Amino acid sequence: MSSTTSLETDRKADAPRQGTPLIEVQNLKKYYPIKKGILSKTVGHVKAVDGLNFSIYPGETISLVGESGCGKSTTGQAIVQLDPPTEGKVIFQGRDLSTLSNTELRQLRPQLQIIFQDPYSSLNPRKRVGDLLAEPLLVHKLADKSEVTRKVDDILEIVGLTKHHRNHYPHEFSGGQRQRIGIARALILNPKLIVCDEPVSALDVSIQAQVLNLLKDLQQKFQLTYLFIAHGLGAVKYISDRIAVMYLGKIVELGTTEEIFKNPRHPYTQILLSAYPVPNPHLRNRNRVVVEGDVPNPANPPKGCSFHTRCPLAQSICREKTPDLMGSGHTVACHFPLA
Amino acid sequence: MSSNLLEVEKLQTAFKNDKGEVISVDEVTFNLKPGETIGIVGESGCGKSVTSLSVMRLLGKSGYIKKGSIKLGGNDLAQLPEAHMRHIRGNEISMIFQEPMTSLNPVFTIGNQMMELILLHMKLSKKEAKMYAIEMLKKVGIPRAEEIIHEYPHKLSGGMRQRVMIAMALSCKPKLLIADEPTTALDVTIQAQILELMKKLRQESNTAIMMISHDLGVIAEMADKVLVMYAGQVVEEADVFALFDEPKHPYTKGLMESIPHLEYDSHERLASIPGTVPTLKHMPKGCRFHTRCPFANEKCKNEKPPLLSINQHDEHKVRCWLYEDQHQQILADTQREVHA
Repeated sequence: MSSTTSLETDRKADAPRQGTPLIEVQNLKKYYPIKKGILSKTVGHVKAVDGLNFSIYPGETISLVGESGCGKSTTGQAIVQLDPPTEGKVIFQGRDLSTLSNTELRQLRPQLQIIFQDPYSSLNPRKRVGDLLAEPLLVHKLADKSEVTRKVDDILEIVGLTKHHRNHYPHEFSGGQRQRIGIARALILNPKLIVCDEPVSALDVSIQAQVLNLLKDLQQKFQLTYLFIAHGLGAVKYISDRIAVMYLGKIVELGTTEEIFKNPRHPYTQILLSAYPVPNPHLRNRNRVVVEGDVPNPANPPKGCSFHTRCPLAQSICREKTPDLMGSGHTVACHFPLA
Repeated sequence: MSSNLLEVEKLQTAFKNDKGEVISVDEVTFNLKPGETIGIVGESGCGKSVTSLSVMRLLGKSGYIKKGSIKLGGNDLAQLPEAHMRHIRGNEISMIFQEPMTSLNPVFTIGNQMMELILLHMKLSKKEAKMYAIEMLKKVGIPRAEEIIHEYPHKLSGGMRQRVMIAMALSCKPKLLIADEPTTALDVTIQAQILELMKKLRQESNTAIMMISHDLGVIAEMADKVLVMYAGQVVEEADVFALFDEPKHPYTKGLMESIPHLEYDSHERLASIPGTVPTLKHMPKGCRFHTRCPFANEKCKNEKPPLLSINQHDEHKVRCWLYEDQHQQILADTQREVHA
């Protein structure tokens, strides 16, 4: 027991959540218009992300979890300005990314990188791995031609491939190896923040562990900060320092990994944890909280707390008033949080 | 002890391609009793889906059962003519697929698709068939079944579509239900709903289930016994409790250790199995796992291990040379018992 406690404290010391955040997200919103008719009139909006506030501190891993359509990937893409937000600010090292010109933004881009979910569709099948990895360096003019080959060889080595892989095409690699190439491509620019958008969801169990271990090692080696997006709670628990649980475009609970798993305060977090199938047959008859129904349509979210339609504890105030994220440190958006 | 519903014996399934033939599933043997659930677990490409498709005889033009038998209630499905097989599909065995989005026909209504199979397999009038379809939809927990039956699949969410698939699969009261990754495409809260539903229906109808999944969590929730497959072969077969408490095969152990657990704190590194699954064309000689196995020795490199029984009642079997002594011991013990 004592060994785990010391590990816990080590981890906290590793990722101090004080000082200046690397990224500050303020009231981030991303609405997609719904168009109808021959004139493509906008008849409404899908509120994919609806008012997020959180900070990411240097060296930490913060995870966004939630079911499909809750806005976790949209958040990741909005932060790296792949899909600029409709409203709100993303402040990176004191600079508001939305006010920057394209040239200024391009200069910052190497520091904000992203790894995608599907290693099969995110690598150009007609390019050799060496060219795939050299491209970001050449685009951002971070290395001249003589250095490129050496840098590519180095990075291949770092992610657990060899320099001979430089001349291969993506189809010659397995899923796990392709994800390593995806990681190498992000890493070669020496970024500060990497958004990992479901990096292991498409991989087999035994390969997932390899990639998660690699991500963790690289974080230590290069002092990386991760925004980790996933729906598999096992991986999230393994890699995160803090977790934000999202539901219908909003954060419903935010806390350290330990707080979220040991003491979930939002009913949705509790339901999500208990729905996760546990690989232990002795626990199969545990008391699970199973919710009825589906996630509501984000184009027409329910009034009040967006979870009230499925919440076992909902009362009349939940149907009328939207709860704000409250508390310090471990925050929760619920009128009746669990103790 | 009731008799077996399904007996698969030394099944070998192969696919033809322009370069010859590849053996996708080799020497798969298992039995299934009425009401029992067998979980088949393994990584992509290990042959778990091909095993289930072989039982259904849905192998397409290029696939065929090369060796072995699949006995279901006196019939050997490996030998039956296609016309007879068509009668068995739907009536005695039915199947739920992974992608509820693509396995329903988008241009027909839910009712239309359900009634097609009810009319084909059961002697009911059109009106009765519709009533029965509504009853089945209600049984799988679909609200407003009378209205939903007139809707097209795109109007339903993923969870609802999978419920429709289950309703269709169960409408002819099959003895065996094959569920190939039935919840993989669904969100966790919806997955929990579908698993609960399958448990409830299993209890009511005493249907035997072949549950295929790569998720050990799902297998632990559902299965009575488990087959672990690797590179086209069964490497371990055991009761679900025995398998999770005391995995024997190095591959099973590796698989169990590489899943991050929710119950206890583990900030140490995850164990992982080095390397990748061999391709069907370049299958290693000897034990197929030896290239990735931490315990491999000379024998493993050269000789194929058989599936060795390592407990008295033939319930726990493992395809690994490490357990040869234990197997011999069990054999000796059983013989001594027989003599006594």
